[in-house]
Amino acid sequence: MTEAEIAQQLERIPYAKTLGVTPNMVGDEFTLILPFSQDNIGNPFLPALHGGVIGGFLEIAAIAQILLESDDKKFPKPIGINVDYLRSGKPQDLFARARITKLGSRVANVRVRAWQSNFDEPIATLHGHFLMTEDNDAA
Amino acid sequence: MDDKLIQRLWELAPKFVEGSPHSKMMGMKFIAVDQGRATLSLPYSQKFIGDPKSRVLHGGAITTLLDQASGLAAIAGYNRPTSVATLNLSIDYMRAAEPGKTILATAHCYKVTRHVAFVRGIAHDGDEDDPVAMSQATFMATEPKSSTQNFMQNMIERSLT
Repeated sequence: MTEAEIAQQLERIPYAKTLGVTPNMVGDEFTLILPFSQDNIGNPFLPALHGGVIGGFLEIAAIAQILLESDDKKFPKPIGINVDYLRSGKPQDLFARARITKLGSRVANVRVRAWQSNFDEPIATLHGHFLMTEDNDAA
Repeated sequence: MDDKLIQRLWELAPKFVEGSPHSKMMGMKFIAVDQGRATLSLPYSQKFIGDPKSRVLHGGAITTLLDQASGLAAIAGYNRPTSVATLNLSIDYMRAAEPGKTILATAHCYKVTRHVAFVRGIAHDGDEDDPVAMSQATFMATEPKSSTQNFMQNMIERSLT
């Protein structure tokens, strides 16, 4: 999938559009970017990005990576996520890169790292599993 | 926790929600607060849809609501002015939220230590026994003396003066 094709997929997700995420593709390496916006601040006194935005952004990065690596056009649905908050989110752009640990026929197991100025100093990591069938019982 | 502290929580909690630019942008509403407990709501909005076909809200919107409600419950779990930062947030998504329905998140801080608050949360769209998602979170509590700039401390100082 090219950068334009991922952008097109993300364009279909209103939540991703609202946050303003943009894809970046260098070779096969896909990075999702959350450009800084005042709307994403959680604590205006520090200031720091909202933990929920960081979690939601990591989730979009996981979904985008699954769409990228599977031929399926169906949207993966989250079954469970676990987010570790490692550093406070500065009022800057946020980057995320996802690795699929296992892409099964029904479940994808994904890990995502989010960082700002330095890749080696992640501000949050996500571990989640996503359902890839049309089963409507799970979100 | 005495009545005065609970009353103060009721004064501060709406500011804690509305004073957060992202929660305000999402249209999150404060519903209730009590000792170690908090309830917030998120009215349905097309802006936060995750699946264009089913029009179901994105998991991230639920994550943000549960994070905010759990953070408020953690603050309400301490009987001293405290600010909190999310350390870990784990969420199980049990079913899709029904499009058009307001989501309610109720959080319970069942244990606080000097530095860490433990919180469980439930997100549902009307029936608490049929949850959309359930969460488990831990928060770091910040000592007021070490962070005069922190959010709740500011709010509390303001409400006291």
